[in-house]
Amino acid sequence: MSVNDTAEPNRRDFLYIATGTVGAVGVAVAAWPFIDQMNPDAATLALAEIDVDVSQITEGQSITAKWRGKPVFIRQRTAKEVEEAKAVALTALKDPIARNANLPSDAPATDENRAAKSKEAWLVMIGVCTHLGCIPLGESGPYNGWFCPCHGSIYDTAGRIRQGPAPENMAIPLFKFTSDTNIRIG
Amino acid sequence: MQWLDARLPLPRLMYDSFVAYPVPRNLNYAYTFGGILAIFLVLQILTGVVLAMHYAANSAIAFDSVEKIMRDVNWGWLLRYMHANGASFFFIAVYVHIFRGLYYGSYKAPREVLWILGVIIFLLMMATAFMGYVLPWGQMSFWGATVITNFFTAFPLIGDPIHALLLGGFAVDNATLNRFFSLHYLLPFMIAGVVVLHVWALHVTGQTNPTGVEVKSSKDTVPFTPHATIKDGFAMAVFLIVFAYMVFYLPNYLGHADNYIEANPLKTPAHIVPEWYFLPFYAMLRAITFNIGPIDSKLGGVLVMFGSILVLFFVPWLDTSRIRSTAFRPLYKIFFWILVADCIFLGWLGSQPAEGIYPALALVGTIYYFSHFLILLPVLGLIETPLKLPGSITEAVLAKHGGGGTPSGAAAKAETRG
Amino acid sequence: MTKLLSALLAFGLMAMPLQAAMAQDKTESAAASAGAASKDAGQDAAAEGHAELPHFPLKEPPELSWSFAGPFGHWDLGQLQRGLKVYKEVCSACHSMRLVAFRNLKALGYSDDQVKAFAAQYTVKDGPNGDGEMFDRPGIPSDYFPSPFPNHEAAAAANNGAAPPDFSLLAKARAAERGFPTFLFDLVTQYQQGGPDYIHALITGYGQTPPKSVEHLIQDGTYYNPYFMSGPALAMPPPLSDGQVEYTDGTPQTVDQYARDVAAFMMWAAEPHLAERKATGFVTMIFLIVFAGLLFAVKRRVWANTPH
Repeated sequence: MSVNDTAEPNRRDFLYIATGTVGAVGVAVAAWPFIDQMNPDAATLALAEIDVDVSQITEGQSITAKWRGKPVFIRQRTAKEVEEAKAVALTALKDPIARNANLPSDAPATDENRAAKSKEAWLVMIGVCTHLGCIPLGESGPYNGWFCPCHGSIYDTAGRIRQGPAPENMAIPLFKFTSDTNIRIG
Repeated sequence: MQWLDARLPLPRLMYDSFVAYPVPRNLNYAYTFGGILAIFLVLQILTGVVLAMHYAANSAIAFDSVEKIMRDVNWGWLLRYMHANGASFFFIAVYVHIFRGLYYGSYKAPREVLWILGVIIFLLMMATAFMGYVLPWGQMSFWGATVITNFFTAFPLIGDPIHALLLGGFAVDNATLNRFFSLHYLLPFMIAGVVVLHVWALHVTGQTNPTGVEVKSSKDTVPFTPHATIKDGFAMAVFLIVFAYMVFYLPNYLGHADNYIEANPLKTPAHIVPEWYFLPFYAMLRAITFNIGPIDSKLGGVLVMFGSILVLFFVPWLDTSRIRSTAFRPLYKIFFWILVADCIFLGWLGSQPAEGIYPALALVGTIYYFSHFLILLPVLGLIETPLKLPGSITEAVLAKHGGGGTPSGAAAKAETRG
Repeated sequence: MTKLLSALLAFGLMAMPLQAAMAQDKTESAAASAGAASKDAGQDAAAEGHAELPHFPLKEPPELSWSFAGPFGHWDLGQLQRGLKVYKEVCSACHSMRLVAFRNLKALGYSDDQVKAFAAQYTVKDGPNGDGEMFDRPGIPSDYFPSPFPNHEAAAAANNGAAPPDFSLLAKARAAERGFPTFLFDLVTQYQQGGPDYIHALITGYGQTPPKSVEHLIQDGTYYNPYFMSGPALAMPPPLSDGQVEYTDGTPQTVDQYARDVAAFMMWAAEPHLAERKATGFVTMIFLIVFAGLLFAVKRRVWANTPH
């Protein structure tokens, strides 16, 4: 009673292939909810935008805000820090890309492209070392920028990687000044 | 494949068990529920594991975390409704499976161990389902847990210590919820383990079939793949259609509205009813309203309820009939269907308030349930005159298709049941 | 194909008695619809220890027609918006809705900006701030509806001991009793609107004259309502009156209409994915039926030369 001795293989094969295909599609589609449930849920996504009051930050001070579970460094840099950062030639940078979510992805890592738009003293960036995710310490290291204690990555005053194992400049999130004293991140 | 086979004969095991394995050619659709149960076990474990990624087993936030699943988690509503209704459909399938086993004598020698493993799986399923129902921490969850754990206080002396041990406190609370979650996660894997033994035992003895005549030659069987696989697959798809209908269109039909109210230890809902699949046992519990000698009514009810499942363990030895399939037992066939009706009747009584005539009816139903197994099953086997059995499976099949084996007129008529 | 259909039918019939058994937890009061036979009422009452209590609710809620009923159920966004207005202007004075966030209101057809503006009308407690103090701020979309009372005890104390229930799940937590054989028909009609029907009936059920048999059961400060599920009267006064909430879309401003709108809104609050669920279900059912048909064809082919 084997099924292999029927006379018309083509029609039979078509039926088998069609059934198998429909079944495979069904399983694949059914798998999607089981995978998608691991993505951030609606409540988490709703918190993807925060307002930060920066009226208390004077020149040379910085605060750390929490956004999407990560620290965001907001720093009003001193004129000296800005000058130092501007003086660096692009060729001296380990990562020549700005890594600024507000700019095109190939923007060069000039200080202008790292700082907030038309507020060059302000630097807003995700305070996570691009090596393995530790939080760098501020105003430290040879460039007086950031220094990551975990594996020794050194960033300059524009948050650009200069030495150490980290591959990229610290990332700059989408943000804008909604007023002179308020930043909306996300 | 041969390379692996020489080192770990897993491919060969799979081939022998699920491809070349011979199954009787005359199996009807009642025999597809084993496969249906297998996919529902897998479905329950899959949905359960992903739900556990979002659920919080803490009495302060358990209820809200379930609602978060329903509202915010991607596809959370689908996963939870599948899990909740999946439990019900698991029980639908298992009840069909059990009654099929009873009808075709699947418990008889040499399949006693297969049957006992099945009853163990059933017990584990009941424990798992009960603890799972507690997790959403609604009113029915809480009060169901309170009532069920109070069963144990019925036992003299050891009752109260056992009760406190189960709850981890003086009443159902956070400690109870946490341990129930832990066990609810553990037990399905134990079920899966016993299922492996169950299938192993099945493949040692081979399947029964609607005639109850053992397989005699290779003419009586067909290979598992493709014949049984495709038949099981079709039955699964049909069963899934019914399942999907409930999940998508009537997801709360089988649930209880009170479970959408968060647990309140100070207020009992007006009517506490267990999930539908426990109703027959619940009716038996409440049927004992009187003391029996030294046993008070509370302990009596609990013993009767546990006894109603324990008695299933002894069915292989309680049945004295030489004939395996009920299709050839005209007298027993009647009583089999009365038993089915009795169980549905008990289920209905379990949903009624325990007052008026209902406890008395439940007592009648309970007495019938036990007398079926303890009196009818042994006695009928001795006094019944069975119909003539066909010589073999093939003979029965050919007779049915008009192929004309002489002695099998009766077999043809009886074979199509189920 | 006929064989396939008959197989489907056969499976349906097989499942029937089992589903009958499973649904029986809904039959507690099968007799109620048959006119509250005094025998049953007495039995129910005995369970609760009050000898002469009749069966509650005294009247079954009428079944209304809802846009979200049935296999192709969908929300009537205008109705949900009106329901939100009724909730906001009337019900929310006493009833919380703590599981619904402002961001969810986008599902009612509002834009991001409208949701933001709506949320900003509410004051939300946040904190602690840098000084360790809690502070008030305007709501944002990710906030949840603030509750009118700080906790359950405060709610009870302010309402003669009866805390107003939270609205988030009420439409699923209240269900009209479905006796035998109604619950079997429900399988086919997909009746899941017991909650909204009950809510509508309750809101519109005030102002009737109580029958003599229950008059003595009505306590002072409670209001007779034959649809109330756990007694002859409830602590909530009639919440709505004609013209109380202004509708700008020309919908009649009657209590009946308010009750329908707020009940539909509460169904949405309790089951926000209902429409999505039914739409997904339709696709799934079509797929499964096609797949089962194909499997049946293959099964016939495989077994063609094997009498069984």
